[in-house]
Amino acid sequence: MVSKLDDALRFQQTALSLRASRQELLASNIANADTPNYKARDIDFASALQNALSGSGGKLEMSATTNLHLQGNTGTNILGSPVMYRTPTQASADGNTVEMDTERAQFADNALRYEASVKFISDEIKEIMQAIQG
Amino acid sequence: MSLFNIFNVAGSALTAQSQRLNVVASNLANADSTTSADGKPYKAKEVVFSATPMGSQSAQGVKVQAVVESNAPMKMVYDPKHPNADAQGYVAMPNVNVVDEMVNMISASRSYQNNVEVMNTSKVLLTKTLTIGQ
Repeated sequence: MVSKLDDALRFQQTALSLRASRQELLASNIANADTPNYKARDIDFASALQNALSGSGGKLEMSATTNLHLQGNTGTNILGSPVMYRTPTQASADGNTVEMDTERAQFADNALRYEASVKFISDEIKEIMQAIQG
Repeated sequence: MSLFNIFNVAGSALTAQSQRLNVVASNLANADSTTSADGKPYKAKEVVFSATPMGSQSAQGVKVQAVVESNAPMKMVYDPKHPNADAQGYVAMPNVNVVDEMVNMISASRSYQNNVEVMNTSKVLLTKTLTIGQ
């Protein structure tokens, strides 16, 4: 029974912790918008979530099929998935690759999806409570 | 918990940007100071930002690595009546570029505001997280 509860909540719980980690990454990018030679970093959320759920440890490299894909592994991992460097659309002279419009958009998007996950997990808990109490 | 760490990351950026603003204020205030503590004309100062790991390996904060003096040449102004005039009647004025300083001020102010927004968003997310299961 307890493992069933765990299974029911695992997806949203993993998604939440990935969202929180990604929020931290994006906050780092925004904080370092004026730091020379800082390279903006991000994770590929979909494959990171798949990795985390399958528990495969995420040792596989992503294959980049277009040059818009994130390039270059930073050597850092979040829940077993590699953190990648962002490819800048307009490179700046000081070597910084943070593009504030992209970062702010992603930050707002990620925050909203985090809130959605919180809502989903709350609703799941409500459903389970309803099933228990009848 | 990565969301709490965002406060440290954004906080480090706030500190760094406010220090940058402080340096701008000092430069603008001393744009006409022909003498300083060491008897020489005031030299414009600049902050050097550097990314620094903060908490987890994926979070990068900002720190002010150094405050350096600009080595741009002094502005030589012909004013023989000035007490600091040299034998030819020229006074060395500080190498403060007012336009650069104003640009720096706007940039620091915008970055500061961005990081305040990041902190507010994180606070909202944490508050939402506390409502899970209610």
